[in-house]
This record gives sequence, C-alpha cells and structure tokens, in this order.
Amino acid sequence: MALKGRLRDISLTQLLNLIRLARKTGALTINGRDGRVELYFKEGKVIHASLNGDGDLASLLLKSGRIQESKLQALVRQLGTSDDKELGLRLINAGYVSRSDILRAVRKHTLDVVLTALTWEDGDFQFELNKPPPPGRIVVPINLDSIVREGDQRQKELVELQEELPDLNVSVRFTENPGTDLSNIKLSRDEWRVISFINPRNTLAQIARYSGLDEFQIRRIVLKLMQNGLVEIVGPQAGRPQPAPQGASISAGKQMERPPSRPARSKPKAPAVEKGVVRRLINFIRGL
Amino acid sequence: MQTVKMVVTGPFAAGKTEFIRTISEIAVVSTERRISDFTRTIKDHTTVAMDFGRITVDDDLVLYLFGTPGQRRFDFMWEILAEGMLGFIVMVDSTRSETFREAKQIIEIFRSYTDTPFVVAANKQDLEDAWPPEDLRIILELEPWIKVLPCVATDKESVKTVLLELLYTILESYDN
Repeated sequence: MALKGRLRDISLTQLLNLIRLARKTGALTINGRDGRVELYFKEGKVIHASLNGDGDLASLLLKSGRIQESKLQALVRQLGTSDDKELGLRLINAGYVSRSDILRAVRKHTLDVVLTALTWEDGDFQFELNKPPPPGRIVVPINLDSIVREGDQRQKELVELQEELPDLNVSVRFTENPGTDLSNIKLSRDEWRVISFINPRNTLAQIARYSGLDEFQIRRIVLKLMQNGLVEIVGPQAGRPQPAPQGASISAGKQMERPPSRPARSKPKAPAVEKGVVRRLINFIRGL
Repeated sequence: MQTVKMVVTGPFAAGKTEFIRTISEIAVVSTERRISDFTRTIKDHTTVAMDFGRITVDDDLVLYLFGTPGQRRFDFMWEILAEGMLGFIVMVDSTRSETFREAKQIIEIFRSYTDTPFVVAANKQDLEDAWPPEDLRIILELEPWIKVLPCVATDKESVKTVLLELLYTILESYDN
C-alpha cells in the first residue's frame, strides 16, 4: 500500500513529521518541476537520498574534493562494479579516503537532497512502505528532527531571498570597482563554481543549472557576491513577482474563516443529556 | 419524547450522505442536486442543504443524524446544525489527500463552536490507496485521545462501530 498525494496539499515537512512519528520504513518518491527525488527511510530516519538518480559514491567523493578524478576513475575501472560499498572499501584500503570521509560525503548529500526537496512547493509524492534503497548504496541514518527544523528555517529564508532576488532570468557581471577588500573574502567551492560561470550572457537560472545548484542556493550565493560588491545585475530587474504563498489555499473555493486561536485543547465536556440516554442509545445501536 | 442530535461533517464527497443512509431507518431526507461545477468530476450529486436521518430507540427516544453540506458556500449552516448536538463525526475520504487540510480546518471550526465530543471516521478504508487512520491522526494533528476510526460508509457494521465509538467517547466525557 502506498501513500499518495501532492506537495501543495501535504507539505514535505508534514510528510517527514509523519514518517518520524510513525517510525516508518520505506521510500518516498517525489516528482516535481525540478526533477525526481527519492528518499529512503528506516524506522523514521532518513538513510539515503537521490536527486534525479544521483548519489553514487564516486560522484559524491568527487564533489567533496576528497579524491582526484583520475585516481577514482582508475579504481572504478579496475573494480568493474557500481557497488558503492565495495568501492568504498577499496578506496579506504588504498588509503585514498577514510571511512569518515565517505560517511560525511553521503550524509551531506542526503541532507542536501532533503533540504532541496523541502523548498519544493508542488509535486506528486508516493510513499512505498518497506521499499529498500537500491542495492549496494551506502546508507547513513539521519534523525529527521533537525532536518524538519532546518527545512522550516530554509523555507523562511527562501521567501526572503525571493524578495531580494526575485528573477533568476537576469544576468550578473563583475563590478569594475569592488567596494570591498577582496583579500578578506572567503569563497566556498560552490561560490567559486558560480563565479566561473559569471558572464552577462548567462542568466542566473542557467548558472544554477550548470553548477547543479537549486534556486535557494543560487540566490544565496549571488546575493552574497552582490553584498560584497563583487557582482552587479546587468540591466533592470524584471517585475518583482510575489513570493510564494505560505500554505496554499485548499481549493478554488472561498477560503474558510479560521476560528479564533484557542488555548491548549482539553478533553471534551459532557453534553446536556443524562448519562442514561447515552447508555440507551449504545444498547440500541449494538442490537441493530 | 426526547430527541438527540448528532452531526456528520467533513469535506466535499467524504461520504457523509452514504454514512447516514447506511444506518438511518428512514430514507435519508437529502436535498441533493446535480453538480454543475468542476466538482462534478468527483461525483454527480451533492448535498446542497443537509441530510437528515433517524434512528428510533423507543417511544421516548429518537436519534437524529444531520449531515452538513460539503460545499463551502453553505458554511453558514454549520453553526446552526451544531447547536445542541450530542456529538459529531468528521468524515474524511482517506484516499483523497487533497482534502485533508480542509478536514483539519473543519475540525478546528467545529471545535471552536463547542467542546462536544467527536470522532474522526477515516472513510473508504476498503480502497487500496487509503491512508491508514494513524497516519491521518498525525497529518490532521489530532490529540492522542481523539479517536480516528477506520470506516467504510457503505458497510452497516462499520457505521455502527463509528457511532458506538462516538457514544463511548460521550459516555467517558461525563467523568472528565
């Protein structure tokens, strides 16, 4: 049996909360505008994730910069298998990486995929109970509590970033006179990657695609570069679209008026009929 | 003669009319009309006023079941129907996750009217895509003492169980 629905009706935060509280084991697949996410869970913890089929150990280690591409490719060729566990063991035995390097890379990737999916506002989802991750993949159990908290935080930040930089179909260029001391700026690997694509002919949406970044990441990086005076937007920005609504309406119909907020719920009060009447009803319905 | 009232509420097409029809001793007095809008893809007829069913216990006691209209433009009737009720049942179509948020809001609204006991009936549990009742409890953010019951509104035993569970909840409320 599978739980199915759409993210616009039940958010990923709600789904992760359900999986955490019900300690579910299985696979959650989301098909959204930006691709397909697969999240695997064991007893309420996320253990493996992939975005558009990525997440194999070789690419994770390359992305983390822990190993040279030539060495890795030679080993993969020699091994002749796509089994991540086997590859990981060989890499450790060859002294190229440590066990903690591997676990850290897998953990970071899983978190990145979940956090990316948390910014998706729509997409069809399906949770298949007890479906395991693909064979050979390395799994790292991660508690969902902190992910759900971080997802909430990231969603708020995304709304702010969308207000600051609403249109990703604009280009940026390097400023001629950066108003800051460049020697004091430290850039991450992703930021360097974005910088390598900066060109008035590339839109931010294209740079995001080339760099493998989602909307949240590209906005955050470009805004940081703009705040440091390194880049500026080319030409006027397009009209500022409204940020995504928080909690889409239920349907096309009229929005229901929400009741006033109430204090913590107490158990219901007894009705104004005698207890004996309720007992008579029970006895009668039992006999129907 | 004493009459008592229970209300069956829930989103559009959750199975409220069917629930009352299954247990009522009279043909349900239902003001159903053919649907003319987009919701027609879900079902052909809907309740535009209310459903009304009856269970006669004896010469002195009658239970009336009122079903609220599922469409939003009849919200104004909810408070009128809720007045003086013994308890209420929130029907949820367990196979249509797009209605869960609406079900949650309906529960909030009814709870804002009154502290009357209620249960949630997770309807259509006979279908393959039904969300289990315990998953619905988490999605609807219900407290642990609120009963979320598996239900098949066309099955008399299932409907009886839901009604009985509501009555047991009402009985327990005398001790609170």
